[in-house]
Amino acid sequence: MGLENIQYGASQELTQNPPDSEDPERLLGGSVVLTRLESVVNWARKYSFFLYPFITACCGMEFMSVAGPRYDLDRFGAALPRFSPRQADLMMVVGTISHKQAPILVKVYNQMTEPKWVFAFGVCAVSGGFYDNYATVQGIDTLIPVDVYVPGCPPRPEMVIDGFLKLQQKVAKERWSDWPRGASPVTPANMC
Amino acid sequence: MNASVTLNRLAERFPGSIIDTHSHRGDDTAVVKREDIRAICAFLREDEGLLYNFMMDLTAVDYLGQEPRFEVVYHLYSLKYNRRVRIKVRVPESDCFIDSVVPVWPCANWFEREVFDLYGVSFNDHPEMRRILLYEGFEGHPLRKDYPIKKRQPLIGPIN
Repeated sequence: MGLENIQYGASQELTQNPPDSEDPERLLGGSVVLTRLESVVNWARKYSFFLYPFITACCGMEFMSVAGPRYDLDRFGAALPRFSPRQADLMMVVGTISHKQAPILVKVYNQMTEPKWVFAFGVCAVSGGFYDNYATVQGIDTLIPVDVYVPGCPPRPEMVIDGFLKLQQKVAKERWSDWPRGASPVTPANMC
Repeated sequence: MNASVTLNRLAERFPGSIIDTHSHRGDDTAVVKREDIRAICAFLREDEGLLYNFMMDLTAVDYLGQEPRFEVVYHLYSLKYNRRVRIKVRVPESDCFIDSVVPVWPCANWFEREVFDLYGVSFNDHPEMRRILLYEGFEGHPLRKDYPIKKRQPLIGPIN
């Protein structure tokens, strides 16, 4: 591949791991591309996220900023928020999650079809933030598996984009055997 | 102390029920006996000279270490006379209940549930005395001063 190693995360991934077999491609006159199906599927997935915005708090304004034209998540293939979990594969958990909302979050997560990823946006979703109190879930990873943690109160759009690129790198490395993850378990009352 | 119209009327009608009153800077306040709260509220609402038809707020205070420990506070407003009054009732921890005023002001329903939820003061004859803000299965009443600040509650599972 003739690409230079430029600094953007997604391209970096491409140049560090060149396609498996360059010689056969050359032998076949460049009219055929040989690769692993897994890589192609991951490549398609990582540039085609459909977001489910689970937005509960002030971080939502920052999410609007990063999704809007100035920072423009569309450049990374994540343009379209879907307001049905059935049509989404990336859950953006943006804001504070209270214990009373926790069942709703788990239910929405379990309604999404696999493969699916979870993006913890802002310090409240990551760890509860400064809401260390009786009402707030201390990090959504106590409820559902999280792929990317982006702290900040709220995070700058640059941080979100960085987290997004990291998610793309993660998706590019996935194997068939990583899926399905199955439904998110419910923590029994005596475990906490 | 300039006793107001409201406090005078109350003292006239319920001489044995008023424990204390004051009108500090025009804020009429009466501390009354727990047993008579509903009769007093009904009187404040219905009396032609008072007509406290708007129950603005109902809340509670936890005076940890004092006896009686809790205080339920009613903020009332008369739309007709543009007057306000505060009614306070002390409630002991050992015997933590008070008569509901939902029959007087239906809007007290959710306020009383909130007080029950966060302070654990329960209300007699309330139509639906259960938690309103927190979930079923929550242990304790978090606005009590002796609620452990780092206490972790059981997580709840998906609905149904």
